[in-house]
Amino acid sequence: MESTGIVFTASGGQGVITTAIILARAATIFEGKNAIQSQSYGAAARGGATRADILISEGNLYYPKVEKADVFVALMQEGYDKYASVIKPGGLMIVDPRYVTPGNMNAKIVELPMYDTVVKEIGKPIVYSVCVVGALIGMTGICKPESAISVIEDAMPPAFFDLNKKALEVGITLGKDAA
Amino acid sequence: MAENIQFIPGSDACIEGALYAGCEFFAGYPITPSSEVAEGLSKELPKRGGKFIQMEDEIASMACVIGASLAGKKSMTATSGPGFSLKQEGIGYACMTETPCVIANVQRGGPSTGNPTHVAQGDTMQARWGAHGDHSIIAMTASNLQDVFKMTVEAFNLAETYRTPVVLMFDEATQHLREKVVIPEPGEIEVIDRIRTDIPVGEQYYPYLTDANGQRPMSDFGAGHRFHVTGLHHNLLGFPDVSPENVNELIHHLVDKIDSKANEIARYKEYYMDDADYVIVCYGTTTRSALQAAEDYRNQLGIKVGVLELQVVWPFADEIVREKCANAKAVIVSEMNMGQIVREVRRVVDQPEKVYFSNRVDNQIIKPADIKAALRMITGKGV
Repeated sequence: MESTGIVFTASGGQGVITTAIILARAATIFEGKNAIQSQSYGAAARGGATRADILISEGNLYYPKVEKADVFVALMQEGYDKYASVIKPGGLMIVDPRYVTPGNMNAKIVELPMYDTVVKEIGKPIVYSVCVVGALIGMTGICKPESAISVIEDAMPPAFFDLNKKALEVGITLGKDAA
Repeated sequence: MAENIQFIPGSDACIEGALYAGCEFFAGYPITPSSEVAEGLSKELPKRGGKFIQMEDEIASMACVIGASLAGKKSMTATSGPGFSLKQEGIGYACMTETPCVIANVQRGGPSTGNPTHVAQGDTMQARWGAHGDHSIIAMTASNLQDVFKMTVEAFNLAETYRTPVVLMFDEATQHLREKVVIPEPGEIEVIDRIRTDIPVGEQYYPYLTDANGQRPMSDFGAGHRFHVTGLHHNLLGFPDVSPENVNELIHHLVDKIDSKANEIARYKEYYMDDADYVIVCYGTTTRSALQAAEDYRNQLGIKVGVLELQVVWPFADEIVREKCANAKAVIVSEMNMGQIVREVRRVVDQPEKVYFSNRVDNQIIKPADIKAALRMITGKGV
């Protein structure tokens, strides 16, 4: 059974691990699929390049790291430089141009101004990671928007629900427009 | 009732398993990559009337766990790397005093401080022989988080049944990845409680006397019966007795109560084993890559590869491994160490020369490609 592998990289604190967990939870708990999420783990200081991997499949999943990514999401230049080679030939690469200038890769490179859009339309950078979830859903249909909303409702603070939902919608629109 | 499906890291699966099994006491000292188990239980145990103590070090926390268990509480600790080394004296004491307890050893790179944040399986033999002197012990592991939950419950069950420490040999990879775990309803997995004596307080109770069921029922220390607990060779009352006859009987008991029950204690999983020409023997995280390699060889080449996953590593299931590998043209043992269980497999199979070894010791999870490289060498074909 084919699986979809997504690798995220960002600066520690940008919330990319949250992004990965939301998507993997949505697929697992609300869509009955299998998913594995893992992240780089080491004695790193805040601000270093973090990496989060998710694998989603209708079938069994074994080796927990993404060896060849269908989708690579980069929110930081250092992480892009370090991990971009994980992309499958012809895979989808999503970068935030505020932080990343992509090189010449054998991939479909899409520049989505996610951070600037969040700041402009919501004004709170804290929901950036949820906007990234939306952008991925909008571009790839990796899970249903309702599943992501259910995770936000289920696992994130209720006081931030409306803000997170809006960030998700902003991301979905951005992603759909670029798809 | 809807299933309780969770998407959690392995450390939480271990915590949920411990709580399901009725763990009431945790003492520990935080050390990477096991600290999340302590952190989680520090929140959960007090909510349920249990106790959590952060001790001054690993040696003290092991002693504390033994004390709590003798007083009647299901008890555990969690540690990693050098912490597991420090606990060995206490583990030996628990073996000698026949005190049930569970030690989660979340393996990382070693020896010494090694690589605190990355995966290894270098402690396999230490789990068996870390404490000095003749003894036996139970050690278990798991390759996915549903089984991390289940094996944690079973670790408590086996600890109570055999009055022994049980080591959970997890590792950094399974503890930090997240995947689906269905938390069973109470009663779905059997939970074995402390086997206590029915001898009334005031009558003579022998803590080390085997009853007609082969059990040595316990009495909560301090609850009424008067008995002695010591790491010295001891008699049925627990008092020191180094007479050759007593020592001989005691050592035989400590070893036989576990080793003679290896088939009953064994927990293992078979994948594609019915018609397997090649068998991969593995345990813990390596199983994940073994399964991928086996499926790729079957689906893409039609070469019949099977996987035998050992969930109880100690006592080693001699007869089961021998039988399951009997018809294999070749056996590959896959471990993230320089070769620990491979020695056991070579010891028990009929033709040790057909046992090959596939390993990785760079503190990265062994890859399907690593195991396929061994299969390519043996079968002459690769995927």
